Amino acid sequence: MHRFLPIFALLASIALPLGTSQAQERAPDTMAARVLACASCHGAEGEGTSDVYFPRLAGKPAGYLYNQLVAFRDGRRKYPPMNYLLEFLPDDYLKKIAEHFASLRPPFPPPAIPSASKEILARGESIVTQGDSQRGLPACASCHGPTFGGMEPAIPGLLGLRASYISAQLGGWRYGTRTAAAPDCMQIVAGLLTEDDVKAVAAYLSSRPAPSDPSFAKQGSLPMPLACGSEPH
Amino acid sequence: MPRILNALLPVFAVLLLIGATKAMAQDAELLKKGEYLARAGDCIACHTAREGKTFAGGLPMKTPFGTLYTSNITPDPQTGIGMWTSDQFFQMMHNGRFPDGGLVYPAMPFASYTKVTREDSDAIYAYLRSIPPVKQRNREHDLKFPFNNRSLILGWRTLFFREGEYKPDATKSAEWNRGAYLVEGLGHCGMCHTAINALGGSSDSQAFEGGLIPMQNWYAPSLTSNKEAGLGDWTIEEITDYLRKGVSKRGAVYGPMAEVVYNSLQYLNDDDTRAMAIYLKGLAQGTSPEKPVAPLPSAESSLLLSLGKQIYDRECASCHGAEGLGMPPHYPPLAGNQSIQMVSAVNAIRMVLNGGYPPGTAGNPMPYGMPPFAHRLSDDEIAAVVTYIRTSWGNRGEPVSARQANELRAATLN
Repeated sequence: MHRFLPIFALLASIALPLGTSQAQERAPDTMAARVLACASCHGAEGEGTSDVYFPRLAGKPAGYLYNQLVAFRDGRRKYPPMNYLLEFLPDDYLKKIAEHFASLRPPFPPPAIPSASKEILARGESIVTQGDSQRGLPACASCHGPTFGGMEPAIPGLLGLRASYISAQLGGWRYGTRTAAAPDCMQIVAGLLTEDDVKAVAAYLSSRPAPSDPSFAKQGSLPMPLACGSEPH
Repeated sequence: MPRILNALLPVFAVLLLIGATKAMAQDAELLKKGEYLARAGDCIACHTAREGKTFAGGLPMKTPFGTLYTSNITPDPQTGIGMWTSDQFFQMMHNGRFPDGGLVYPAMPFASYTKVTREDSDAIYAYLRSIPPVKQRNREHDLKFPFNNRSLILGWRTLFFREGEYKPDATKSAEWNRGAYLVEGLGHCGMCHTAINALGGSSDSQAFEGGLIPMQNWYAPSLTSNKEAGLGDWTIEEITDYLRKGVSKRGAVYGPMAEVVYNSLQYLNDDDTRAMAIYLKGLAQGTSPEKPVAPLPSAESSLLLSLGKQIYDRECASCHGAEGLGMPPHYPPLAGNQSIQMVSAVNAIRMVLNGGYPPGTAGNPMPYGMPPFAHRLSDDEIAAVVTYIRTSWGNRGEPVSARQANELRAATLN
């Protein structure tokens, strides 16, 4: 019996390192590894992908991203693949996911070469930067910032998004399929837009070059002509 | 005499106070027990609508027979169960009847809850009376003819309902019996893990043998066969991790089971989780005979497998490993993973199409998510990679077709 002991010892010494090296291989303890499920549509850094309907997430204020994650989880915003993925994630974790994407600064995509006419782009620029006081329509810039970077904690930046995505969201607000906490300022604003306005705004915003400073405005630093349920005053 | 009374008054007061405090402590304990048992029964999952008030009902439940809307179980006297007595509540749990004797649709799992003891039913009743009342009228069910006729439930009951409290098996341990009580009773595991037939019922002889969940297009695996989700080969720790944290060395919960862990199982205590694990492990005694793997026509199979391997190495191997070992618990192993090799390939295909997050739980608050591939891979590619996973590294699943993958693209997501 004792003669075999050295052989056992040898076998054990071979088996042990193999066993431990396998046991040590663990998923990286990072947010990037945890949100790989998001990367498939939104890009590894939240920069967006070739699909024009999947938005850029990177560098949007965390409060905005958190509100959207909660809205998708609870079914207020409806997109089944998102509703499904988030259904059983608790608030604290959604906050961490929001903070993760808010902190990322991947390069912006090159701006879209506008397919719209100069007149349409000019109309878009006018609505976006000045609004239309006759219709009581505020400028996008008054809440989203003069450089459209958004404002903390919950107003998103508007650059790096494709025209299709922007018009789909404005359309969703006009028809009531996208809603936010009351008072739902974006529903009021989008309700004042015509379909042509939406096209013009989407064409103009998507043709803007990357901002020189990709950070968002400090809370309370923008005038905000309308009260918004999502953005505390 | 009055003087003596006066002298005794403080004593009475103190005695009263002691009595009241004791009653309050008992009440608090009862309510805590009731809350815990309501968690074990997962009442909240069905009786709370999305963005709705807790336990106020109104959640649509799609069934093959039409849509049912769950009821308000808050103590509101007009719209909830505020007027119910504990007897009436027990009658509902135990016998599936409303206070007026009316029949309850068996979407309410009274066929399982009938095993719950009167004492536990009373604790849940006490708890539900203590939650904030919500005035919200129950919505009418929207059932197709002839299922809108409640008297049909009588037929269903004759076929599938056996009234009766859980009877402990004296030949088994107390732990085993506690596990059986929870799994068969409040846990109502059999609602999904026993096949539902065309009449919307499930038969005792097929208990826990698995089945496709109607309308959801997820396959609830057998708990009795080690070839499926039978836990005979799992350690108790792996089972308790799976039930309570949602992830284990063997695999993670997904699909409808993620809901159960999120809303119910993560709240159970060590003893109860362990008891359930012991009972579940015991359910899977004996292994069904090895079935031969159906060979694919060779030219087709080599094409499918080489495409599958190519996709696997590109999209999957970075997390699940070239040899399918994964990095447990967060990147589950695929080699030897029962849920990938089951006869029904529904779950494996859906995980590749839709991805998914295990639930965020106290034991695993920041879960890792599997990416969806529905928008990146064609039906052929999905079929190839799922076939590769089901047949590699000693896995003995059968190949899947592009058509199966295509059909599941339309599966309801949530």
